[in-house]
Amino acid sequence: MIRTCLVVDDSRVIRKVAGRIIEDMGYEVAEAGDGMEALAWCRAAMPDAILLDWNMPVMNGIEFLKALRAEPEGKTPNVVFCSVENDPARIAEALDAGADEYIMKPFDGEIILSKLSMVGAAR
Amino acid sequence: MTPDDAEALKMMVQSRSGVLVNADNTYQIESRLGPIARREGKASVDELIAAIRSNRDERLMWAVTEAMVNTESWFFRDSEPFDRLRKDILPRLAAARSRPIRIWSASCAGGQEAYSLAMAVAEERPSLGDARIELFGSDISEACIHKAQSGLYNPFEAQRGLPIRMLLRYFEKQDEMWKARSDLAGALRWRRINLLSDLTPLGTMDVIFCRNTVNAFDRSSRRRVLEQFRGLLVEDGYLFLGLDEGADDIEGFYPAAGLPGVYTRTPDRQVEAA
Repeated sequence: MIRTCLVVDDSRVIRKVAGRIIEDMGYEVAEAGDGMEALAWCRAAMPDAILLDWNMPVMNGIEFLKALRAEPEGKTPNVVFCSVENDPARIAEALDAGADEYIMKPFDGEIILSKLSMVGAAR
Repeated sequence: MTPDDAEALKMMVQSRSGVLVNADNTYQIESRLGPIARREGKASVDELIAAIRSNRDERLMWAVTEAMVNTESWFFRDSEPFDRLRKDILPRLAAARSRPIRIWSASCAGGQEAYSLAMAVAEERPSLGDARIELFGSDISEACIHKAQSGLYNPFEAQRGLPIRMLLRYFEKQDEMWKARSDLAGALRWRRINLLSDLTPLGTMDVIFCRNTVNAFDRSSRRRVLEQFRGLLVEDGYLFLGLDEGADDIEGFYPAAGLPGVYTRTPDRQVEAA
């Protein structure tokens, strides 16, 4: 069965670059430009994994993650934060909010593969 | 580079390190030796090799040798060997030892493997009682040992293989780099070691990690290194090679069950399959 990954980032370039890397890992990739759009995606079809930016308009990554974790019980995707925020206290904040892993931008393909593997989401 | 120069480079590296250089891979040679050529004021890698061939400058020959040895590494590479060490082997050794358990990362490159071992020990510490554990990291490259000693990793290195919670627990941010915390760094001792040299002064080892290294050696160097490991390992010790590396042809090594590349000294004390 093909696994799905939702790439959530307000940068179209990041969505395309990360999406291509994740597609090469065998995922079917969907994109969302902010947390609200991502939440709508998840309510329609919960992905297996989410690559999540922090700073986005409308609804940021933390707000989205809290809303996602508050959704009625069901499939809970592995969430890997992917942000320019690289201060340890900020990273801890994302983990406290329910992130499974964290990527500090800039990233490369090895890092995405490594992090998705850690949360058991890599094929 | 002329065929003569390529052959001279190949012999220079092989005779010092045992590592086989692919002389046809000019991109790799250029990218690894280019920085040395520039540092030495040479116009090109060809000029660097030509100068070495005429001067026989030992310092420069070693710099070239070290640069040609593969130093790619990342934290918890392949993950399972470290899990096996942590959950199975360490508790077993801790229960069996009254003396310190000695663990050696023999070809540690920039130190990621050795720090991974130190973190595995730290994570398992609650179940190890008062067992004393000595951790060593070594590499043929002086530059690698300096890097390992510094404990400093850029964000790309720090994120590759290292779970974020462990990064926060064992490293601290220093400007844009991540530095091993003092308690982790303090658990390790570093030394430049050429595995082709006589290793007996190191004393016995309980666990040797030498992963993704021996396949790069020429046949006789590989055998020499593995036979030396056999001599250092205690009877109930473990040798960890890369997943695609083996020591089946070396008398006195027995493959451990369930994990490729892991060897024991005695067949009756193999690692149990998970």
